Amino acid sequence: MTPAISVAGLSRRYRGQLALDDITFDLEPWSITGLLGRNGAGKTTFMRIVAGHEFASAGTVTVLGACPVENETVLRRMIFVREDQAYPDFRVRHAVQAASWFYPNWSHELAGALLEEFNLPLDRKVRKLSRGMRSALGNVIGLAARAEVTLFDEPYAGLDPVARQLFYDRLLADYTEHPRTVLLSTHLIDEAAGLLERVIVIDRGRIVLNADADDLRGAATSVSGPAIAVAEFTAGRSVWNTRRIAAQESAVVAGTLDETDRARAAALHLRLEPLTLQQLVVHAAGSPPEIIGAERTSA
Amino acid sequence: MNQGTTEGTGLLREMAGLDEGAPLFVQVAERLADEIADGGLGEGERVPSTNELAAYYRINPATAAKGIGMLTDDGLVEKRRGIGMFVADGARARLLGERRKRFAERYLEPLVAEASRLGVGADELAAMIRESSYAQKGTRI
Repeated sequence: MTPAISVAGLSRRYRGQLALDDITFDLEPWSITGLLGRNGAGKTTFMRIVAGHEFASAGTVTVLGACPVENETVLRRMIFVREDQAYPDFRVRHAVQAASWFYPNWSHELAGALLEEFNLPLDRKVRKLSRGMRSALGNVIGLAARAEVTLFDEPYAGLDPVARQLFYDRLLADYTEHPRTVLLSTHLIDEAAGLLERVIVIDRGRIVLNADADDLRGAATSVSGPAIAVAEFTAGRSVWNTRRIAAQESAVVAGTLDETDRARAAALHLRLEPLTLQQLVVHAAGSPPEIIGAERTSA
Repeated sequence: MNQGTTEGTGLLREMAGLDEGAPLFVQVAERLADEIADGGLGEGERVPSTNELAAYYRINPATAAKGIGMLTDDGLVEKRRGIGMFVADGARARLLGERRKRFAERYLEPLVAEASRLGVGADELAAMIRESSYAQKGTRI
């Protein structure tokens, strides 16, 4: 199967500053992948290059088997929804209409339903919309385009929780009926976690984690209780992030715990709490590879 | 809209009781297995489809499919070409048998451990079990 997106040795340099540093991975078609990382980690730069809006300093990017730059065949099959999308002096209805002409899989029905659900005023000028409404418009276009490769770059700026929930629900529903390859950059990991099949974490321009989302859940556990008992339980395990107050200690141990481990923890009067995907991702940057029992790319 | 007040408010998508601490596909498989064990999903009945499960739990359909796949691998659920997945014959009895085996380590050992921590002896514990509200309701123990 040809990867939907294939990136090899991709670097991007701005005036001597490395924004992206030797990024390599393939994205299988028909999946939802979360592109995670802190602000300034390189997520937007990466998406702009994949979308053909920006050139790489080194390395190659192919989308649907071809180079995306100025390639209309590829560009009509890919949509990039970004936070700071600029529209010409358009009204909402014109922006939607223009997109419907460009994208061959466009669904008028879905666009109409979403415009209503997001309460978007069709006759208002796009530049007069609030930030949240502009994000909602981007979401409507991004979903209704039903493009084979759909890139969402933090698509929720200014959206309230209700609208964000709506976005996730509609994305999931339409994706289920019309599978495509979705790359969603976000730092609100908890919100989107259930949607993601894979997560790629970028930190300072490098990929620090590229793993199946479900492989990460339960891959590390917080162990807390009397310090002596914590020490006994964690002996011989891979431990990181130990905190201590008086005689109490809290440590994070890598690896899945089995029934025997749990019984032992109970006997030692320890509390166990699995780390969530969000907590794991926060730890992923800058921790040694053996911490997470999943594939890690980049050294 | 002000970004500071609308973003990062810790919106947690409610996933019909699934939690983030264990693989979601395993949890989906466990829920279905629970339903089969309880008899809510009878043998020969149709198992919800991947898409139905994805919509209900608000999870990726591939994750839901992996959950059903786990049950298929265990022979608890079988595919009938063109119509969907169904609970296999004998699935309930097999599940209950396995759970009986795991009962001691999952429930009995933690119970005894906590009892000993509290200084509750074996006889006292047995009496407490007999007096528990479940036992009082007529559940045979």
